[in-house]
Amino acid sequence: MTWKQVFTSSVGKKLVMGFTGIFLILFLIVHVGLNACIWAGDNGEMFNKAAHFMGATVVPRVLEIGLFAGFFLHIIQGYMLAAQNKAKRPVGYAVNYGNRGSKWYSRSMGILGSLILLFLIMHVYHFWTPSRLGGIGNVHELAAVEYNGREYHNLFLEMKMVFESPVVVILYIVACISLAYHLAHGFQSAFRTIGVHNKRYNMMLTALGNGFAIIVPLAFAMMPVSFYLGWV
Amino acid sequence: MEHYTMNLNLKVWRQKNNSSKGAFKLYRVENISSEMSFLEMFDVLNEQLIHDGEEPIAFDHDCREGICGTCSMYINGKPHGPWQANTTCQLHMRAFKDGDTIVVEPWRAGAFPVIKDLMVDRSAFDRIIQAGGYISVNTGNAVDGNALPIAKDKADESFAAAMCIGCGACVAACKNSSAMLFLSAKVSHLALLPQGEPERKSRVMNMVAQMDKEGFGSCTNTGACEATCPKEISLTHIARLNKEYIFAGVTEK
Ligand code: HEM
Ligand code: SF4
Ligand code: FES
Repeated sequence: MTWKQVFTSSVGKKLVMGFTGIFLILFLIVHVGLNACIWAGDNGEMFNKAAHFMGATVVPRVLEIGLFAGFFLHIIQGYMLAAQNKAKRPVGYAVNYGNRGSKWYSRSMGILGSLILLFLIMHVYHFWTPSRLGGIGNVHELAAVEYNGREYHNLFLEMKMVFESPVVVILYIVACISLAYHLAHGFQSAFRTIGVHNKRYNMMLTALGNGFAIIVPLAFAMMPVSFYLGWV
Repeated sequence: MEHYTMNLNLKVWRQKNNSSKGAFKLYRVENISSEMSFLEMFDVLNEQLIHDGEEPIAFDHDCREGICGTCSMYINGKPHGPWQANTTCQLHMRAFKDGDTIVVEPWRAGAFPVIKDLMVDRSAFDRIIQAGGYISVNTGNAVDGNALPIAKDKADESFAAAMCIGCGACVAACKNSSAMLFLSAKVSHLALLPQGEPERKSRVMNMVAQMDKEGFGSCTNTGACEATCPKEISLTHIARLNKEYIFAGVTEK
């Protein structure tokens, strides 16, 4: 049994989903923590400095590559799995099995993930490209701001401008709801997938996952709302 | 509960053989006793069909007491019907009311091809068992029962896993047609016991490989299988199987 076989079997493919899923969950923690700096009440100074650190320091930049790889693997593997699993029942039922024992969102991970993917494309276009590739081609450069004689990108101002549009704000909220449901199943499922089978741990992870799935997407959703309503 | 009789409309999947197309057919049965089992109701219907010169409906059954795992009907959208922790043969007609229409389909999965009507070929499960769901021992005198100490909770959990009767309802209920509840019950049953230890790693690797070859899907932990299983096999066994698989996968040559 080679390692390639281990990670390409039906169980192995799920291991890839589970590990990349947990990696993305870790990323969300960092992301939501950093972005929460917008509420520091200093007109974005702390946030802009934090964003500068992430963009200008080598360790986060290396991790960023890992992040892109993680997303890529998770998305490709997710779609392949969803397609393969669907193909295992060539003739379907006349009456559907329904909700006994399973939640609708646990059966809709592909659709929820696709909504997140659409959001990600918009999100990268809104913030990542101008911040990392600003000035290249026709990507506009971010405005600059000066703190203690040093220049920083004013990402805070960029957020303010992007979230002036109510349509964008609504799209961001929809994405956060999709993420919440994706995590409500994904969080605990990922730990089962990587082999956590202690009943007490599974119970704790389910509770933790439900909390995470509510708090983190809610915090993300409050960001565009806060800008739109002028709270920051 | 009071005894009563009922008249029912049945919508049953009829399919001549594996290569024919198949379709639903409507039947009416009358004066069905609430004390009958679901399969006895089918016996009545089949008598009626034979009497009318029609081909009786083919369905699987053997023990009719909920222990062999042969019966398999997908009744109104539920494998083994509306009751929890129950097999089709142990489903009684008191689960239904006079005038009900009941839709009966075979298990649906690419790995369980229809043989005829409501019968499907579940030999894929046999081949998964043959790939490692056993222990190799030299038979001789029976060993003293106390020679191998086994913790009570381990023994209980192993026994709960060993309850699986291999009916395939888990596959029928799963949106991914995954056989993981079945497989994990078989792997857990032996992984929890010292007798299973020597072949622990090769067992899980070989059984997963065979499951994939048979064309079952990947588990996404939805929980539909656990809820439909007549023996209430726990989803926890799937997580244990995953752990067994990782350890075997990264440490086996
Ligand atoms: C921040 C973003 C995301 C996070 C934190 C995340 C997290 C997770 C987690 C933890 C799982 C469970 C893994 C398991 O059951 O073992 C999962 C499953 C899944 N994810 Fe994501 N995900 C994210 C984005 C996406 C995106 C963008 C897509 C895709 C298009 C996607 C598609 C899927 C699919 C299809 C599954 C189910 C896999 C299966 O059915 O086996 N996810 N995700
Ligand atoms: S796990 Fe339950 S549903 Fe699946 S084959 Fe065994 S007894 Fe049947
Ligand atoms: S006929 Fe044996 S379990 Fe139903």
